[in-house]
Amino acid sequence: MRPFGYAAPATVEQAVGLLAAEGSEALAGGTDLLSLLKDDVERVDRLVALRGVAGLSGIELDGGMLRIGAMTTLQELRDHDGAIAALPALAMAIDGVASPQLREMGTVGGDLLQRPRCWYYRRGFGLLALAADGRSMVAEGDNRYHAIFPTGQARFVNPSSLAPLLVALGAEAVVHGPAGERRLPVEALYQAPQTAEERENTLAPGELLAGVEANVDGSRSAVYEVRQRRSLDWPLMAAAVTLTGSGPRAEKARIVLGHAAPTPHVAAAAGDLLSGQELTPETVAAAADAAVEDARPMSGNRYKVQLARTAVRRALGQAAGMEI
Amino acid sequence: MKGRRVTDDAKRSGFSRRSFLRGGAAGALSGGLATGLLTGEAGAAAADADATETVGPGPVEIELEVNGVASRLAVEPRVTLLDGLRDRLDVTGPKRVCDRGTCGACTVLEDGRPIYACSRLMIESAGRSITTVEGLGSPDAMHDVQQAFVDHDAQQCGYCTPGFVVATAALLARHPAPSEPEIEAGLGGNFCRCGTYKGIRAVVAGGKGGGVTGG
Ligand SMILES: Cc1cc2nc3c(=O)[nH]c(=O)nc-3n(C[C@H](O)[C@H](O)[C@H](O)COP(=O)(O)OP(=O)(O)OC[C@H]3O[C@@H](n4cnc5c(N)ncnc54)[C@H](O)[C@@H]3O)c2cc1C
Repeated sequence: MRPFGYAAPATVEQAVGLLAAEGSEALAGGTDLLSLLKDDVERVDRLVALRGVAGLSGIELDGGMLRIGAMTTLQELRDHDGAIAALPALAMAIDGVASPQLREMGTVGGDLLQRPRCWYYRRGFGLLALAADGRSMVAEGDNRYHAIFPTGQARFVNPSSLAPLLVALGAEAVVHGPAGERRLPVEALYQAPQTAEERENTLAPGELLAGVEANVDGSRSAVYEVRQRRSLDWPLMAAAVTLTGSGPRAEKARIVLGHAAPTPHVAAAAGDLLSGQELTPETVAAAADAAVEDARPMSGNRYKVQLARTAVRRALGQAAGMEI
Repeated sequence: MKGRRVTDDAKRSGFSRRSFLRGGAAGALSGGLATGLLTGEAGAAAADADATETVGPGPVEIELEVNGVASRLAVEPRVTLLDGLRDRLDVTGPKRVCDRGTCGACTVLEDGRPIYACSRLMIESAGRSITTVEGLGSPDAMHDVQQAFVDHDAQQCGYCTPGFVVATAALLARHPAPSEPEIEAGLGGNFCRCGTYKGIRAVVAGGKGGGVTGG
């Protein structure tokens, strides 16, 4: 690793002040950031350690409102019986990160903001991986794990296991910055960059993610991941669903795909199709088809379209408590 | 050292949290769950001008406890816990294999929790207690898990073994009599290229949990 400075602020205000300086980057559990620094994919002048910042860690369940601090580790969240009982889908998402060491170190904020796994990005070719002549290394190269919903020049996928669930739930992100606090849907934390300067998240310089909040009352959620290996790897495809209403009828359905697009991909048409409907093998299959209707797979990832269908069907089946 | 508790969460060796970074930047650790989570107010009381100081990139003096011994050393912020242990403190049990948080050969306990030492900056472990495979037991006073690895012939080339021993101790501290899925999940962060998984599972299934957690 190249040399860098280090600061360990005690308060959110101090952290925000430090992060506003150019070349400063937030350090949470370090499981992703240190690898990027070792490989010289990212460079920093100073790391701002969030580990000692008060108020960023912990879980509160208040009525139906679940609040999770960004520095809460995945293991702390998994061990919180109240949170898991209120939202069993959290366990489905976290258990996929099948390494105790990663769960002990990795934080909720770090999971949501981990950088893409695209191997062109990880080899230093940038998020868009454009050759000098402007052609896409991804489109013309090995894209087996890339997006089936590429967005402009962005062809990587969002790798977070928590993000699709939080987006399906309509969770809010709590962000602190130089201008104070702002709240935004978790969905709006993400963007598909179109220039080399842009990132895949929408945090401005000096901003940090303080935590997430979701209303977990009156809905049923599930996560289904398709994996090549059960440990030490990311899923090939993931689906998270949230259904409101009880019984076989879904008042409203939200279906979100992970590992499908540069951002967690909201399959709006599929959700609309199911809203107000009874969940049957037929309606679920129709929703799964609708979820990939506008997919645009590349040369090597057509198989992911079928994985997406399967993930949607199985996530819906789990949320509704039925064999599908 | 047999039977030393590996889950002892808050065992610290007397030096105060606030002075662990001799270089100046005191990292006031929030004690437990903060009240006022996400309100942005919780930290105000703990405000400390020192905490905005930047240390490094040159060496910074830190203190941490390694296998029960208080250690003080000067490290650059970029030094990982793994490299600091191996190259500076001569604690070479944790192995450097993938160096990217994927193989588990560097597994150590930090305040009783299993972590990848390659993915933690040593400066981040200042003020904390680290246990490596050496801290679990020694060749003539082996920890139950270490003895079980010998009994079940659970190693081949041996390079992943220190990490597996520590991960197994952590698993058994959490689940003294783990089920099959718990064993699979509990050792899911470690990788053995020789494929000695059968022997390692026999260690875990051997019910050595009592010895690990029992003190
Ligand atoms: C082998 C392997 C398999 C994995 N499999 C999975 C998987 O299946 N599913 C999955 O979801 N993840 C998986 N992961 C990723 C892992 O979950 C992440 O590395 C981890 O959650 C990142 O958290 P961290 O706290 O260590 O983040 P860090 O590495 O500290 O930070 C990651 C990024 O987020 C930024 N950041 C972190 N917190 C904040 C904050 N509060 N505010 C602003 N910016 C912040 C950092 O600046 C950095 O850019 C895997 C990792 C490995 C190594």
